Parts: sequence; structure tokens; C-alpha cells
Amino acid sequence: MASAFWCIVEDDRAGRPKKVTGEVLGEAARLARQLGGQAEAVWLTDKATDEGLKQLAEWGAARVWLLENPALAPYRGEVWTPALAELATQHGVQAIFGAVTARQRELLARLAARIGVGLSADSVAFSLQDGKLVATRPVYAGKLLSKVTWSKPPWLATLRPNVFRLEDPKTGATPQVERPAVAIPQGTMTLAERKEEASTGLPELAEADIVVSGGRGMKGPENFAILEELAKVVGAAVGASRAAVDAGWRPHRFQIGQTGRTISPKLYLGFGISGAIQHLAGMRTSKIIVAVNKDPEAPIFKVADFGIVGDLFEVAPLLTQEFKRLLEK
Amino acid sequence: MKILVPVKQVPDTATQVKIGADPKGIDTAGITWIVSPYDEYALEEALRIKEKQGQGEVVAVTVGPERAKEALRSCLAMGADRALHLSDPAWENADSLTVARALAAVIKQEAPPLVLFGRQAIDDDMGAMPAQVADLLGWPCASWIMEETISEDGKSVRAGRQVEGALEIFTIPLPCVLSAQKGLNEPRYPTLKGIMGAKKKEIKDVKAADLGLAADGAQLLVVALEALPPRPPGRIIPGEPAEAVKELVRSLREDAKAI
Repeated sequence: MASAFWCIVEDDRAGRPKKVTGEVLGEAARLARQLGGQAEAVWLTDKATDEGLKQLAEWGAARVWLLENPALAPYRGEVWTPALAELATQHGVQAIFGAVTARQRELLARLAARIGVGLSADSVAFSLQDGKLVATRPVYAGKLLSKVTWSKPPWLATLRPNVFRLEDPKTGATPQVERPAVAIPQGTMTLAERKEEASTGLPELAEADIVVSGGRGMKGPENFAILEELAKVVGAAVGASRAAVDAGWRPHRFQIGQTGRTISPKLYLGFGISGAIQHLAGMRTSKIIVAVNKDPEAPIFKVADFGIVGDLFEVAPLLTQEFKRLLEK
Repeated sequence: MKILVPVKQVPDTATQVKIGADPKGIDTAGITWIVSPYDEYALEEALRIKEKQGQGEVVAVTVGPERAKEALRSCLAMGADRALHLSDPAWENADSLTVARALAAVIKQEAPPLVLFGRQAIDDDMGAMPAQVADLLGWPCASWIMEETISEDGKSVRAGRQVEGALEIFTIPLPCVLSAQKGLNEPRYPTLKGIMGAKKKEIKDVKAADLGLAADGAQLLVVALEALPPRPPGRIIPGEPAEAVKELVRSLREDAKAI
């Protein structure tokens, strides 16, 4: 189909698509409809499940292109890219969307080079103008927005998690599954070991709906336990400012800001964070921002929706109690 | 072992960037330029590999205007042996793919077994370059690496890439592309001796024609830069901590519907 918008499936490596794929499918479906087309899922995996395929259909995938092969796990760009490029070339698609995840941000870049088209990475909005796609993406870690378009299709883009809406679920939809014949190369790099991070039981920073974050005001690594308590109650991820990371209080993967992650959660709560420009750039697209800081002049209050000027060591535990009371109701 | 490190010159992270007279670009007046921080991790790792092996060559390369020579000079001061400056009207307003093609062409000429990138440049934040160059070369690639070890026979590298919730450690045959994540190492500061020595090191100018490249036209076109929509004015919640917290939670629940 000419106006097919393909969405690469992000899964949990156990045959279940992640929620972000629903968001990507939702946006793709809204855009495709305007061009008389449809959203389709492309799933590269070593093992799909029936529930996973059904989930994709419920999220709005009119068709699922399934490439199922042991060589596809774990993700390797050198293996996925030629397979996907061959499939895309066979079917002349309008757009290929992915999510901003470890593997897809690399895959889409590689695929764009392979096909010879443009890529809009980390997109946060789309519109169609005279039948051409225009994407909005933050640049300078979110200090500015850049509007971009493509000189020719397929339009390749990655979409930031937590920004795009899911469609109303098509409950009971049956997936139309295609298993195309595509050459899957064996690849040259081999997985030697997978080291799981010690599970915090908390969501991934980039995908979390709520993020609790601590800065220099936390005074030491041990005090992040206070934020973890709060995070557990509301199901939040715990992030940190560059000051806290550079002091060695939190691992780098939790850093929010220009040399860390740029996030857009529904709710961001910052404790003891002054709000350096590099940090604000990484979180100012959060829907609601709450700041707790002793210094009433802290720049973070300028972007906050709600602020409490006070001692975080007093405020954070009270907040944990109050959330607990609210959510137990 | 020869290691090539592509770098990009970007505005310092403390810069309050402003849209330029041509809204497709920023106003560059008064900007302090630096080597993109992730590129420093890549360069540091390359220098450590050379030091560990007791031999080899580290080559810094950039695509950019005349001022980008300063970024190369910083790399030479940190310890890179020589530098290549790809500068040509053909690469003005280039998109990722055009730059990737230029880098892939120079990498083919230099033929290093390892190319070490930073995970992304902190200006356009596209983060596409390492993977695109790898694909154009037909090489394997590991992105956002947190650790690496070159094998004793120099034929492969063991590299750990950061993925959601885990570190995946791969054995990758050389040549390959790696991109550095923060945490890979702590980059050194240039010494005075390094800074003085850098002045004597070579920065070679490379034009598109030297690489046999024709102008190919950007695939991704910038329409315009825009300022962020202003955030609605916020509210400082007054009162004793216990009362303020109660009011905050009520507001989050009832007014903002955020929880």
C-alpha cells in the first residue's frame, strides 16, 4: 500500500511489545489516515507471541510484518538493517517510524543511510503540510525546536516516548500477519554476556510517566533513598542532575540534561536542583513540573508549575506520606 | 593500531542559544565553542588504547567551517597525533547523511581498524552519525558503549553497550565503529606541554574533491528553528511544610490531574 506508515516494534525480548510501540502506532495511524493510508507494524524478533500480535492489532496496526528468526536476537544493526531495507524496498512504504530506544535509535539511523533518505531523530510532533511530513524535534538538548522535512520518502523518524497518544484500543481486533521472505544475514558481532542492572523495581527513566529527580541539595548518595521511597509510592523513575552524577552519587544513566537524558514525563518532581540551563533543557518539556528547593531564587522555579521553598529533607518524606494516603484511598 | 576519532565543534553547554537572522540556524555571535563532550570520551578512550598498546596513532577528524580547527587543536592538545579538517562549500548546511558520506570516504582512505565516535553531538542531537558511517562502510557497530577491551591479537574488541536495564557485551571483529556514552572514562585535561606541542602537529585540509565526492544534496531539510512555547506561570505554595505538601498534592490531583 502506497501510504503505509511502518512502525518498528519495540518489545521486552520475551514476545511482548512495549507501550511505546502503541504510541508510535497511534501517531502513525493519525497521520496515515490523512493520506488515505494505514499504520502497519514491523516486528523483528526471535520469537513473537499470539498475545503480542493481538496487542499490535488492538493498538491500530492494520497489518503486522513479522520477521521471526533466531539471528534477530539480540538486536544487531548489521543484521536488522539489510533485512528491513529489503522489505521496505519491496513494498515502497511512505514512512518508517521507530521509538527512541537503545536499539531503534541506532537502527533507524543505519536504515536511513542504507536507503539514502533523511531521518528525524527524537521527534516530538508531526504535521502534514501539502501532503508532506514536517517533524518537530528538540535541538541543543531542548533549548530550541527544529522543524524539519524530507526531500523524498520514505520519511524516517524516531519518536520520543511519553509524548504521543495511543489510539482508542480496537478491542478484539485480529491481526493480519504477513511473514515475508527476506534474507537475514548471520552477522559478525556476537553477544558474549548480558549484565542486568540491579533492578530498582522502578520504571526506565526515558519511559516513566513520573520522574523524581535529585541534585546537589541531596548532599550525598545515601539520601537518594528518600527519593526512592517517594518514587516507589507513585511508580516513578529516579533521575539526577549533572552535579549529583559528577559527584558520583548516581550512575550516569540517570542523568537528566544536556549530557544525559532528555525527558518528557507527565510529572517531574525536582528536589535540591537549582536548575542550571543544561538541566532545564533536559526536562522543561515535562507536562507538570514541581520544584522543591531551599533557595527561592533557584532558576528551576521559573519553569515550575508548583514550587515549595523549603528543606527537601523535610518536604520529601511528607510528600511520600501524603501521596501514600491519597493513593490508598 | 590506528584509531580515527570524528569530533564536532558545538556551542558550550552553558550557552543560551538564540535563533539567527536566518531562522534555519542559530545566532553564532559571542558563542564559546567546545568539542562536543561525548567526543571527548571517544578521544580519551582512543588515547588510552594507544597508551596501553604502547604504539599506534590517534587521528582526530571533523567536518566544519574554519573555526572548527580550534576543536581539532583541542584534540591535538589532549594527545591526538594529527588531524583532518574536512571543509568545503559542499558541506555547508549538510545533513547527517552528507556528513556521514564524507566521514565514510575519509575513513576508507585512512583505513583504521577502529573508529570511535561520541554517542551524539550536543547541538543537533541527531545521534545518527556513528550508525550511518558504520552502515556506509558495511561495518558492525556498537552504540553507547560503557567499556571496551581490544583483544590481544588486535583482531576484535569486546565492548559493552548500554541498553534499557542492562549492559550487552559483544565481541566484535575489527574494523568496527563504537560510540562512547558518558561513563566510559574521565577525559584528561590538556597539559601545558600538550597545548604547546599541539601547535606543531599537522591539521590537514581535505576537500570534497580529495574524497571523490560530488555534491549530493541534503535529505533532511531544516524548515526553521523555533523557540519553545513559554511555560504557564507557576505558583509557589506558601505555608508550613506539612500544609504546603497537602496543598501541593491536592493541586496535582484536582487542578493538574497529574496523579
